[in-house]
Amino acid sequence: MTEFFKHLKYVLLDNPITLIAGIMFLVIVVVAVMGSAIAPYDPLASNAALTLKAPSWQHWFGTDQLGRDVFSRVLVATRLDLVIAVSAVAISFIVGSFFGSLAGFFGGWWDLIVGRMADTIMAFPLFVLAMGIVAALGNTVENIVYATAIINLPFYARVARTEVNIRRNAGFVSAARLSGNSEIRILITQIFPNILPPMMVQISLNMGWAILNAAGLSFIGLGVRPPDAEWGIMVAEGTNFIVSGEWWLALFPGAALMLSVFCFNLMGDGLRDLVDPQQRT
Amino acid sequence: MNTNSKLMIIIRRILHAVPSVIGIIIVTFVLTRALPGDPAVYFAGPAATAESIQEIREALGLDKAWPEQFWIYVSDLVVGNLGVSISTGFPVAEELARRLPASLELTLIALIFSISIAIPLGIAAATRPNSWVDQVCRLVVTAGVSLPVFFTGIFMIYIFYYILGIAPSPLGRLGIYFMSPPHVTGFYTIDALLVGDLEVFWAAFVQMIMPAITLGIFTLAPLARMTRASMIQVLSGDFIRTARASGLSRGTVLYKYAFQNALLPILTTLGMVFSFMLGSNVLVEKVFAWPGIGSFAIEALIVSDYVAVQGFVLAMAILYVILNLTIDIIYTLIDPRVGLDG
Amino acid sequence: MTSIPILSVDNLSVEFRTRNGIVTALEDVSLHVEKGEVLGIVGESGSGKSVTAYTVMGLLDSAGYASNGNASYDGIPLTGADESTLRELRGREISMIFQNPRAALNPIRTVGKQIEDVLVLHAQATRTTAKTKAIEMLNMVKIVNPEQRYTNYPFELSGGMCQRVMIAIALACNPRLLIADEPTTGLDVTTQKATMDLVQELTRANKMSAVLITHDLGMAAAYCDRIVVMKKGRIVEEALVEDLFKRPKHPYTKKLIAASPGPNSTLAELTAISEEMETKNMVPVAPNFVETAGEIKGHRYLLEVIDLVKEFPQRNENTSILSWFNKNDEEESAFRAVDGISFTLKRGESLGLVGESGCGKSTTSSIITRLLDATSGDVIFDGENITTYPTDRFALLPQRAKIQMVFQDPTDSLNPRHRAFDTIAEPLKRLKKMRSEKEISVQVNELSAMVGLPVHLLARFPHQLSGGQKARVGIARAIAVDPLLLILDEPTSALDVSVQAVVLQLLDRLKRELGMSYIFVSHDLNVVRLLCENVIVMNKGKIIETGTADDVLRRPQEAYTQELVAAIPHLTFI
Repeated sequence: MTEFFKHLKYVLLDNPITLIAGIMFLVIVVVAVMGSAIAPYDPLASNAALTLKAPSWQHWFGTDQLGRDVFSRVLVATRLDLVIAVSAVAISFIVGSFFGSLAGFFGGWWDLIVGRMADTIMAFPLFVLAMGIVAALGNTVENIVYATAIINLPFYARVARTEVNIRRNAGFVSAARLSGNSEIRILITQIFPNILPPMMVQISLNMGWAILNAAGLSFIGLGVRPPDAEWGIMVAEGTNFIVSGEWWLALFPGAALMLSVFCFNLMGDGLRDLVDPQQRT
Repeated sequence: MNTNSKLMIIIRRILHAVPSVIGIIIVTFVLTRALPGDPAVYFAGPAATAESIQEIREALGLDKAWPEQFWIYVSDLVVGNLGVSISTGFPVAEELARRLPASLELTLIALIFSISIAIPLGIAAATRPNSWVDQVCRLVVTAGVSLPVFFTGIFMIYIFYYILGIAPSPLGRLGIYFMSPPHVTGFYTIDALLVGDLEVFWAAFVQMIMPAITLGIFTLAPLARMTRASMIQVLSGDFIRTARASGLSRGTVLYKYAFQNALLPILTTLGMVFSFMLGSNVLVEKVFAWPGIGSFAIEALIVSDYVAVQGFVLAMAILYVILNLTIDIIYTLIDPRVGLDG
Repeated sequence: MTSIPILSVDNLSVEFRTRNGIVTALEDVSLHVEKGEVLGIVGESGSGKSVTAYTVMGLLDSAGYASNGNASYDGIPLTGADESTLRELRGREISMIFQNPRAALNPIRTVGKQIEDVLVLHAQATRTTAKTKAIEMLNMVKIVNPEQRYTNYPFELSGGMCQRVMIAIALACNPRLLIADEPTTGLDVTTQKATMDLVQELTRANKMSAVLITHDLGMAAAYCDRIVVMKKGRIVEEALVEDLFKRPKHPYTKKLIAASPGPNSTLAELTAISEEMETKNMVPVAPNFVETAGEIKGHRYLLEVIDLVKEFPQRNENTSILSWFNKNDEEESAFRAVDGISFTLKRGESLGLVGESGCGKSTTSSIITRLLDATSGDVIFDGENITTYPTDRFALLPQRAKIQMVFQDPTDSLNPRHRAFDTIAEPLKRLKKMRSEKEISVQVNELSAMVGLPVHLLARFPHQLSGGQKARVGIARAIAVDPLLLILDEPTSALDVSVQAVVLQLLDRLKRELGMSYIFVSHDLNVVRLLCENVIVMNKGKIIETGTADDVLRRPQEAYTQELVAAIPHLTFI
């Protein structure tokens, strides 16, 4: 275990960008977990006297059209957006890499079926498909998660399939057969640990995209309903006020969105360094 | 490779698109039938009475067995019948056809903008690693991928329209004072040029700049990233070393040898970029009140006009299949190795 | 009258900026090439021989730079020259050819156009005359049907033909100096000879000077006038070719010469450095062959291969729907990798399986090892017909432990995410069903000692081990379960020649100590002769000749075998 932390330290210090991304990630997680505990105001509490006030010392991010504190709402929204993204990515990673690995290793029917299903999903512009799924299943946050998970599946399936396929006939796989391993054992103990680094990068990049997706869906009115605080819906509400100059309603949730996606994208490289034994010296 | 076998491969590619179309039709069918509760209620709309719901149920055949429903659905599709939109009262197919040119015009300009910046930027970044061009490229890529497209749009409006006042008001395809040109293609810019009306052309063009740039920035990122990565990969190849060892000029090595090889993965990325583009189109149309099929879909969603939404998803998917097919065919024509391993 | 050498390298030092600091690739290297001479640069991996060539051509990676010294061509300075000067010289005065010819050509440009590019650039032809000249060049490098080949892409040509194209590109503008960097690596032995003969012929005809960079001493001896030996970035010896091989001075040179197997070498000699080399007329001590017949178990042979056939279906791209568009296309029949071969192996015997790439030897060994199913035919092992067991079930049978394999590429055959200890322990856990950690640890350490792998290396990952160390791990893993039959699939071809020498001796010792039988698959007859008493020569899936190793090597009967033996470059001076 100590070796793991030693390596963690090395990776973080080696590339300052990874370190920054790591710190940002921690901040995001802390805010998500603590949420309403650290928010200065009740995110749902409206105050007719304080509508549309510009950012000030009392309200760091200003107030919105119902007098609610934007800063508190942005903080609380972190949890919702993060939970949506993490759940969606977790589902697509598990399901996608499972079937993708089977397709890549055994080929034949597996490959055909998994390939067809992935192709069918990819035949749609993905955001449009998400719109369709949410419209069909019903306008709830759960369905946003499922829709995002479904449209991300093909990425994991493809990466898993390719990575497993190129290692399927590697020397060490043949050697594992000679050592008495069954095919399933080989897939799990020999091949899967080797495909983790590219999958890790995929996950991190995907998290960013999942957040954008969820925000986009709520921007057009799907999923989250007012008065819940969620970054996308906050930007949507803020859009109406941009042309009259009240920029703070849309900027802060938008910036929060941008920073989290940015953070996850940067982490993608760092994660790969962490998991790849080539980096261990 | 003789032209005969190239033709064969192209035909094969076209045939390959057929299962995709079948898949799309099946998925859209399932989506609409997977509605919770009674689908007829949804199709009839929120203002329906018990009789109209029953009417709809019979009209759409929702009381029949699924295979029969599917058959009805497909036969309707084949004659271009996508149902009637309950919000506008017009056939969905007609609405989509009317609004499609607006979306296409926007997407096309955005694509041209995107490619003309992404590719030179990517090449420059790849040939000058760790220089300021490389850093700019990386910054553009990361920012472009992290920024939500609707956020960019909104802030472009804020800065260029509200603060600087140099952009026109984001109210659609033409300013209020202009009449749309006589309809030929549906592309206001081209139609205006066709009748020689430069004022209208300019007005239409100027309205398009901000939404096109917004959309373009979003697609710029993956293209620049792929161009840079692909060029770097190709430039480190053995055959580039041979080309340099033969004394070939920098231009020849870069363009004739490196770029043409790098183009192949870039083309493949273009497929993904189109997916993002068509999706982001919806968001940009909302921000800029652009009367394309994206805003049609959003309005339909708000009033629960499911027939319209289904038609929209189907139309977008078919468009995407056509775009992908085009890329596939271009790829086949460029790469002489295609067809080696089937 | 002394003429300026056509290439002059003086006190050249080259460094690379890497993640781990500055790495010195070349240290104080001085050499020269006279006009009309062929200089050989010989060394193992990491010796810096390629770096020297790249520095001369100005093709160093951006992280590399000359920190000291200089190089010049016919008096014109090369190091420190600007890119346009270098570009003038490249292809026109100095040309270079590389290894891996197919990868060295632009994959999406026709071969003819690639030659034209060079001609037009250096103003040796105009756009109208370029095509004729290009076809002329293809003819010069002895490519049959040059007009047709002109329109081909690299992927449509064999490795040998691609190398010829590269030679054509290099010689198109009639340069005066040709640098050849391992030009025959990856090519078959017979193709190697043809390629090198061509290079020699053309360079002599055009009165060119040449530099041949190679790790193969035999090739250097056959084609060079003078040789420079490099080790770890320094030059250790320089001499005329005959002097170098008859009277080597530096210990490293002697070690290299000793380690290169020739028709008369013995295993012991491979690592002999001292004056024992002089006593060449000693009858080579034959390896200790264990003559136990299989009668102990009542079976005459340990292994019997009977009429083995393996077919691979050809991928016919015009399948199903479209095939009826193309009625004129021929139906391609399945490819027969192994075409009905039979042979036997006694207990304790070592058999060599020799042939060029594509002959079917690797397929045969895969079938015997049960990693691949045969199309037809039988493999009787230890009295039992093991072809009746399908491949995917064989791993779980007790017979699995009796046949093991050592692979060709030590890097590819070790799981990059497992430590050496785990790799060796794997068969113990799976096949010997060992559970106790202590027991496993003891066994692994024993095996490690047996193969000469220092115990502290067991905790390392493959990327932290050298080629020779990885090879030992692979061997330890293979012998862990006391197999009766060990198949060695080109176990040393990816190793440096000095490392190869040591590994071969190890394999011989293990065989005697553990009483295993070997099947040694290789393309190198000299290497096979050291370990095996009998040899089978294969070509195109069939057995061409069998016999004792000495007989096949010294008195080949069949035409193909004779061609094969003749193509092996060997040290003619010894």
